[in-house]
Amino acid sequence: MSGPSDYQPSNPALQWIERRLPIFGLMHSSFVAYPTPRNLNYWWTFGAILSFMLGMQILTGVILAMHYTPNADLAFKSVELIVRDVNYGWLLRNMHAVGASMFFVAVYVHMFRGLYYGSYKEPREVLWILGVIIYLLMMATGFMGYVLPWGQMSFWGATVITNLFSAFPSVGESIVTLLWGGYSVGNPTLNRFFSLHYLLPFVIAGVVVLHVWALHVAGQNNPDGVEPKTEKDTVPFTPHATIKDMFGVACFMLLYAWFIFYMPNYLGDADNYIPANPGVTPPHIVPEWYYLPFYAILRSIPDKLAGVIAMFGAIIILCFLPWLDSAKTKSSKYRPLAKQFFWIFVAVCILLGYLGAQPPEGIYVVAGRVLTFCYFAYFLIVLPLLARIEKPRPVPNSISDAVLAKTGSRSTPMVSTAIVLALAGSLLAGSIDSAKASEGSDTPPGNKWSFSGPFGTFDRAALQRGLKVYKEVCSSCHGLSYVAFRNLAEAGGPGYSVAQASAFASEYKVKDGPNDAGDMFERPGRPADYFPSPFPNEQAARAANGGAAPPDLSLITKARSYKRGFPWFIFDLFTQYQEQGPDYVTALLQGYEEKVPEGVTIPDGSYYNRYFPGHAIKMPKPLSDGQVTFDDGSPATVAQYAKDVTTFLMWTAEPHMEARKRLGFQVFVFLIIFVGLMYFTKKKVWADSH
Amino acid sequence: MNPDASTIAAGAPIEVDLSPIAEGQDIKVFWRGKPIYISHRTKKQIDEARAVNVASLPDPQTDEARVKSGHEQWLVVIGICTHLGCIPIAHEGNYDGFFCPCHGSQYDSSGRIRQGPAPLNLPVPPYQFVSDTKIQIG
Repeated sequence: MSGPSDYQPSNPALQWIERRLPIFGLMHSSFVAYPTPRNLNYWWTFGAILSFMLGMQILTGVILAMHYTPNADLAFKSVELIVRDVNYGWLLRNMHAVGASMFFVAVYVHMFRGLYYGSYKEPREVLWILGVIIYLLMMATGFMGYVLPWGQMSFWGATVITNLFSAFPSVGESIVTLLWGGYSVGNPTLNRFFSLHYLLPFVIAGVVVLHVWALHVAGQNNPDGVEPKTEKDTVPFTPHATIKDMFGVACFMLLYAWFIFYMPNYLGDADNYIPANPGVTPPHIVPEWYYLPFYAILRSIPDKLAGVIAMFGAIIILCFLPWLDSAKTKSSKYRPLAKQFFWIFVAVCILLGYLGAQPPEGIYVVAGRVLTFCYFAYFLIVLPLLARIEKPRPVPNSISDAVLAKTGSRSTPMVSTAIVLALAGSLLAGSIDSAKASEGSDTPPGNKWSFSGPFGTFDRAALQRGLKVYKEVCSSCHGLSYVAFRNLAEAGGPGYSVAQASAFASEYKVKDGPNDAGDMFERPGRPADYFPSPFPNEQAARAANGGAAPPDLSLITKARSYKRGFPWFIFDLFTQYQEQGPDYVTALLQGYEEKVPEGVTIPDGSYYNRYFPGHAIKMPKPLSDGQVTFDDGSPATVAQYAKDVTTFLMWTAEPHMEARKRLGFQVFVFLIIFVGLMYFTKKKVWADSH
Repeated sequence: MNPDASTIAAGAPIEVDLSPIAEGQDIKVFWRGKPIYISHRTKKQIDEARAVNVASLPDPQTDEARVKSGHEQWLVVIGICTHLGCIPIAHEGNYDGFFCPCHGSQYDSSGRIRQGPAPLNLPVPPYQFVSDTKIQIG
């Protein structure tokens, strides 16, 4: 399509370069004069959105790497320091972590669009296969990136995924050793994953160049699936596609910003705020959401090797799609049956994703097997069969005919809608069943928090009271090692002055040294010091507390959660509910009961708690009425203590929360105006082309 | 990309003193970054492990082949689930052995797979008895 350009720059300096390296001509013919079908819909803007996301990930990633330490002992802390101390570090980290998810959202839309409109068919097979390669590289990059924070889910995700390769006979074990660089997942693994995580995005960028090159040779597909024939079928890339893509990117940025500023932890796992511990497996290992359909396929096959083959096969099969589907008509718009099956396939993928997050037991296993069969049947049975038996509707002669006729007699896909609804219904029924089955630990009741919602701020008085409760009660067993005394005087915190924070710090004894004689010594705390931990190490903490080490509280409100279940996790997206952690912590502090219910046995040295998973908690009831006296006359009750200390711990877990929400509001005002301007500009540019 | 010299050196054999482990108890030690369970089995556990019809097991192996003769009460296994590498919990599950919380594999008191997706028994690391109360792993 992009023939040799006759573009000549007018500036003599550019002309000089152009004669020696015709790069401006190449750019001009690829991104300005390039003819693009005039009937493209908004699903085609996802190519530009993906390029934008790749750029964002590389940009934020390079800056994050300047502050990150790839060492098993330091990685977790260095990520926390990025979030707490680096200027706008919290923003960078959220952009990068949420960005990975958004990248996958966009790539899934992009792939389903290709599937629906037959964009993999002749002459675009190589273009499609390059896309599958990019997708595979993205999965590898995303997986290794998730390992870098070195939390519990990072570590155990890495263990589970690298162990997949051990399923292959004879070479499996050697591959796993190569991935680990040792005898188990450890520091060498983290180092090589960091190196590869930095490298692979540039490999992706390289394959993207090939992808775009192949696209510009074959030309874009379009919703009607007929190739452009005359000038009338196309419009120049700039300004038409450029402005439309920019509008699409701007809309996508709204979604991106929603997560960055208001729900940064929604797509992650609470367990990843617990530092990696090779001796403790989390009760339920779940990969990131974008791998869940494949994880479900892996688990639904009872044999280990067959499961691994099925999982990789589910992706590799996409490479053969151009030959599995031999129908001549490209767009499903003109294929009544293929259209129905496409939507069923979408539902199958979403349900597989849901199952991937559920424990592999009971009805979930059966459903997983049925859906795995459906997934492969779509490619191996449905598509080849449809190509033979389906009678497609006539396609228009040309794109301009299609645009003029506005073939928009939109028949609702009745069958597939019914099937999707039925599936959703059974999903709901299934989750209610499982909710009944797991009635063991109660769901914490919701609370009204001053810091929830898009304009939430911390209640300063509650933070100060919470600090008092922590200092007088919790600190005898629990550390707060990521919080420094200087933080108490920072904006968005408890609102102390610098002098007050210094005075507070000087009440603590901090170990320092060695001095000139080589001895360690104690001195009064300074604002730059961190809260000292009550125990010198984890073993001491464990030994002093009957075998259960009291966890550090800095991140506890982000490291604890409870299962929201379907359909709540969907509503949470819109209500911005992010307070599972605080709700759990405050419920736990008030959940002690003297009388153990019948049928529950509590071992010696443990206490009954309604909200603790399994009910037997090692921590004795920490708070009782009247234990701490508040200067401001707030009631000295357990409920008040629990609420205040939870508010305080929410602040310690995210000291920049107020800045995050404030900046989020400004970004949203800007983005909404920008999207509006883009929309009207786009309308103006396209006025003559529709 | 294979393990470097220091990693290999750190993986040298270790000695473990068994005298503090009472009957029915078990300890977890780390060797080469892997958790090793050392169980002091009760009579009941040993009898259960030996009463099983070996041919009926997914990965047939006798209990005698998995312990050192003369030291039947000691079971030494690598505590890594052969399914996808999680750490099973000792003294849980239906077989008086190990239970993996990740995908529900259950091992018996000899560390053999009895139920669940794992294909193989918990591996026995190379070890020998230095004395009656001390073993060397590696």
